[in-house]
Amino acid sequence: MASDAEPLVLKSPALRWIEYRLPLISFGYRHLVAYQTPRNLNYWWNFGSLAGICLMLQIVTGVVLAMHYTPHVAHAFDSVEHIMRDVNWGWLLRYAHANGASMFFIVVYIHIFRGLYYGSYKAPRELLWMLGVVILFLMMATAFMGYVLPWGQMSFWAATVITNLFSAVPLFGDAIVTWLWGGFSVDNPTLQRFFSLHYLLPFVIVGVVFLHLVALHTHGSNNPVGIDLTKKDKIPFHPYYTVKDLFGLAVFMIVFAALVFFAPNLLGHPDNYIPANPLVTPPHIVPEWYFLPFYAILRAITFDIFWIIPAKLGGVIAMFASIGVLFFLPWLDTSKVRSARYRPVYKIFFWLLVLDCFILGYVGANPPEGFLVTLGQIATLWYFVHFLVILPILGKLERPRPVPESLSTPVLGRGMAPAPAE
Amino acid sequence: MADATSTVQHGEGGKRRDFLELVTWSTVAVGTAAMVWPLIHQMNPSADVLALASTEVDLSKIPEGSAIKVMWRGKPVFVRHRTAQEIAEAEAVPLAELRDPEPDSARVKKPEWLIMVGVCTHLGCIPLGTAPGEPKGEYGGWFCPCHGSHYDTSGRIRKGPAPTNLPIPPYTFLSDTLVRIG
Repeated sequence: MASDAEPLVLKSPALRWIEYRLPLISFGYRHLVAYQTPRNLNYWWNFGSLAGICLMLQIVTGVVLAMHYTPHVAHAFDSVEHIMRDVNWGWLLRYAHANGASMFFIVVYIHIFRGLYYGSYKAPRELLWMLGVVILFLMMATAFMGYVLPWGQMSFWAATVITNLFSAVPLFGDAIVTWLWGGFSVDNPTLQRFFSLHYLLPFVIVGVVFLHLVALHTHGSNNPVGIDLTKKDKIPFHPYYTVKDLFGLAVFMIVFAALVFFAPNLLGHPDNYIPANPLVTPPHIVPEWYFLPFYAILRAITFDIFWIIPAKLGGVIAMFASIGVLFFLPWLDTSKVRSARYRPVYKIFFWLLVLDCFILGYVGANPPEGFLVTLGQIATLWYFVHFLVILPILGKLERPRPVPESLSTPVLGRGMAPAPAE
Repeated sequence: MADATSTVQHGEGGKRRDFLELVTWSTVAVGTAAMVWPLIHQMNPSADVLALASTEVDLSKIPEGSAIKVMWRGKPVFVRHRTAQEIAEAEAVPLAELRDPEPDSARVKKPEWLIMVGVCTHLGCIPLGTAPGEPKGEYGGWFCPCHGSHYDTSGRIRKGPAPTNLPIPPYTFLSDTLVRIG
């Protein structure tokens, strides 16, 4: 089964001349062609390369949008409308950028849950995972600042609410918020620095993605079985996974195009087509869908913690901790078995976590009234219990199913026929 | 059996797979072009820029012997109310003397009104000679201070590095005293 790619032979003297001085061709060959990849990756492994493509699409559409956008409170809203009405293909570029952000988050969330299911964060891939969490955090900052740029009502009040989170910091809170704003409210200085950072951060993400890939290619991809594979269970990246990734990209593009062309405002809020007004807050403020679970966690802390942490600070801490806890996941999960295929109890808790995140999203989307407050608190508690209590204990108590030695020698005695001779 | 089939396909000039490959890559090429085009075309003038692409000038405020500059598509346009002497000078020049031969009659619609884009054809500076007191060069027209090009009373290049005459924009007389440039 295992087959090596042909060794790289450069016939052209010009290419050999370049290669001798700048070994770019062999670098690309090693990492995109000959790179040894598990032969059993399923379609959940498509989402890493899709995320990279999303990042590139966002950068390309964003760079051209910046050619027409004006980061000034008096012109920002109008310049976005100018993009929509006057700039050639501007409507397409802006809708592709706005919906591209949503698609990017869908892809990345699936990528993260794939890692959770198959234990991709476990040794020796802890830093790979942690770099991924850094990317998620940078993505959230970038998306938030990008949402402020059109300077509609939702932009303005999202900026106000999120920057005010930092006012919960004891002693220095107000000074920090004034520093973030560059004034005494969200205003032109805020808009201009958000534009600057919204342009910068994607390139920082590119840098961290590069480190993410260096870490990935050091020990290779995890796989659905979750065991370390020998050479005979690996195949070259090209053509096997270039083709598979391209097929996945085609499916992704169909969904993306359907969103852009038939429902470009489905995931947005109509209030953001009202110019920002510092004197009127819209009656119902919600963040973009990809922040809803975190927003629910923020609002879940309605009580003082241990009589010393006020509810406001508690909510902010809980929200940041919900991402921060992911950094420690490689050590919180004490099980030696990676893949949930061989962890019957973990599999149940995994799906409960997925459900929990959807519940948090639902709670975040609706006004905090009555039963939803309690539901949000239970879901928040469950989120942290999953990572801080269940995972450490489960690794000790759970008895995993027998894990195969290699892909061609499945565990007998589970009703599976031996693999046919290859 | 399999050999027989492939022979028949070869006989028809290419295999099915070749055809599929051609169709696939053609579709990829067209799709890529369609995706890239908006990214390129967005840099072309937008609808609001194109909407400002014409300018109207009231000629009644320009006395004989003087000139004004108006903005048209972000560039100055010289509108000069020429005297009879200036017209005579421009018409008398033999074409053989000119670097970019063009009779004065081809450069004006009404001889007393010379309308041209006021951007030196050398490297894009604005020649002097429109406002009163500015040097008009050796030929009584315009003088470009950047690299010393001289233009005559018909805006034709006579001396200096510029290769061609000052260009004439499209314009129409809406009435005797109103002209629309663009």
